[in-house]
Amino acid sequence: MNIVVLVKQVPDSGAERNLTSDDNTVDRGSANNVINEMDEYAIEEALKIKEAHGGEVTILTMGPDRATESIRKALSMGPDAAVHVVDDALAGSCAVATSKVLAAALGTLNADLILCGAESTDGRVQVLPHMLAERLGVAALTGARKLTVDGASLTAERQTEEGYEVVSAATPAVVSVWDTINEPRYPSFKGIMAAKKKPVRTLSLADLGVSADEVGFAGATSAVVEHSKRPPRSAGTKITDEGTAGTQLVEYLVTEKFV
Amino acid sequence: MPVAPLDLLDLDDLLTDEERAMRDLVRRVADDAVRPHVAGWYERGEAPVRDLTRTFGEVGLLGMHLTGYGCAGASAVAYGLACLELEAADSGVRSLVSVQGSLAMYAIWRYGSEEQKQRWLPGMAAGELIGCFGLTEPDHGSDPAGMATRARRDGDGWVLTGGKMWITNAPVADVAVIWARAEEGVVGFAVPTGTPGFTAREVRNKMSLRASATGEITLDEVRVGDDARLPEARGLRAPLSCLTEARFGIVWGSLGAARDCLHTAIAYATSREQFGRPIAGFQLTQAKLADMALELQKGWLLALHLGRRHDAAGLRPEQVSAGKLNNVREAIAIARQCRTILGANGVSAEYPIMRHANNLESVLTYEGTSEIHQLVLGQALTGVSAFA
Repeated sequence: MNIVVLVKQVPDSGAERNLTSDDNTVDRGSANNVINEMDEYAIEEALKIKEAHGGEVTILTMGPDRATESIRKALSMGPDAAVHVVDDALAGSCAVATSKVLAAALGTLNADLILCGAESTDGRVQVLPHMLAERLGVAALTGARKLTVDGASLTAERQTEEGYEVVSAATPAVVSVWDTINEPRYPSFKGIMAAKKKPVRTLSLADLGVSADEVGFAGATSAVVEHSKRPPRSAGTKITDEGTAGTQLVEYLVTEKFV
Repeated sequence: MPVAPLDLLDLDDLLTDEERAMRDLVRRVADDAVRPHVAGWYERGEAPVRDLTRTFGEVGLLGMHLTGYGCAGASAVAYGLACLELEAADSGVRSLVSVQGSLAMYAIWRYGSEEQKQRWLPGMAAGELIGCFGLTEPDHGSDPAGMATRARRDGDGWVLTGGKMWITNAPVADVAVIWARAEEGVVGFAVPTGTPGFTAREVRNKMSLRASATGEITLDEVRVGDDARLPEARGLRAPLSCLTEARFGIVWGSLGAARDCLHTAIAYATSREQFGRPIAGFQLTQAKLADMALELQKGWLLALHLGRRHDAAGLRPEQVSAGKLNNVREAIAIARQCRTILGANGVSAEYPIMRHANNLESVLTYEGTSEIHQLVLGQALTGVSAFA
């Protein structure tokens, strides 16, 4: 099975993250850039499918030059090759444009299965897998907590707030996964050493036949107009128990829609 | 924004991307598998050696600097960085990896037959088999030439008699590399620990390396075939060359323990308030921190120099002695100084400093005491041997 895993480089969600003041995009220069955590689960799932059914795993990344670091890290877990879409004109691309570029890149890859994380820790909009499937004209099995492959048939347990749904589709398809699906392996020393020898193909917008005005700031269908830092946390409400604390706590939870 | 002690000079610039990736991997494994639990292991005087060995085997840590037979074939510098990250968690855990990779696996890899390599190395690299290395004896430490363990020819095979002491991993090992005196000189054997007459008792009464399994091996007429003898090992030079390998890991590892102490002391000093302000703001505290950061970085540069030489041309024993002597001595000095910054809390098991300091007492002595390394350097400098 020919599997492509979408990997996005994001600022480390464990560290302080900022938007730049000039164009309101993520300040990648000051951030420690890492593989989007959910994508590691997609890589692990791809490797498990390859181990069970054979085939090849390719990493597909759209991002600036420095995304190469994340591509090598992803390759050190075991995938076979990578494709890096890199073009200055891509800066500021919205999800719609990103899906257009990735769909064009996937057009060159002949994938049976496209795996990705259900969301990225920077954007968190969860729309890309659906947009991509729509553009490719294939099924989207999103938010999977379990995936079973049987020949050309895919069955996923789709995580919902109440429980899960069982959905199935024939390949080719896009499957996005949550972190409940597996436990990603560590890279290995051999993997790290092998990663630098694995082929990484770079593609520009021209290579993909996508024009610069359809992507980036120029082609964005949405834009961040302004941003401000979250105000510092204010002191919480202290309830002193004078016999009614329980009631007050329940009222608070109801008001805040926690229950 | 404060800068971490080892980032002060941007020493990371001296490493390749691959070395940094390997370093980061070991740090992550140590953070996941060791750090959350190690204080408890230390207090109870036990460690899940077999589980740890398997975890380390999965990523390729065991014998990572060796080639073939399932080993990763990484550089000496990458191996050193791995030792540093492991020992930043605990010296006992680094000892496990040193003994497995640099002593037991290296002895078989360097001096074993093809059959012995095929039989033991892939399983040891994967962490399925654990090895130990028996050279030190109860009565023969710094002077291994005086060893009392004997190997006597008996028909086609050999009979081993004697005892080994302070043997890391021995209580859990599947294979023991045993050095013994035979008629033709010192010979080595890869002995399956299930062989009749082989016993390994756990040494429990130790106040150092408590998260590490240490054993006393008794060899009571242990019969092995000649195929257990390491055919390429001739004389004491063979086990001593293994020690040179392991000492190289200690040159780096000891800095890890020191770094962890210094991190702890800096974090403590910036939050602990006396006389109405953080003690980090007092000049005496800052002088201590500055001096310790200097020694840590000098030691790191020394380790990197030895590592680069190791990868390019190999190391002479006195060069490794220089590294071990300096870095362990400075590491233990840093641990003790950090203890003073934490005041009474410095002796608490809530903080890692006393554990590191106690561990480093063993590290100061094993793989050649500081005194022996001084004599090795003294001999190199004068041409006169003080101990033979």
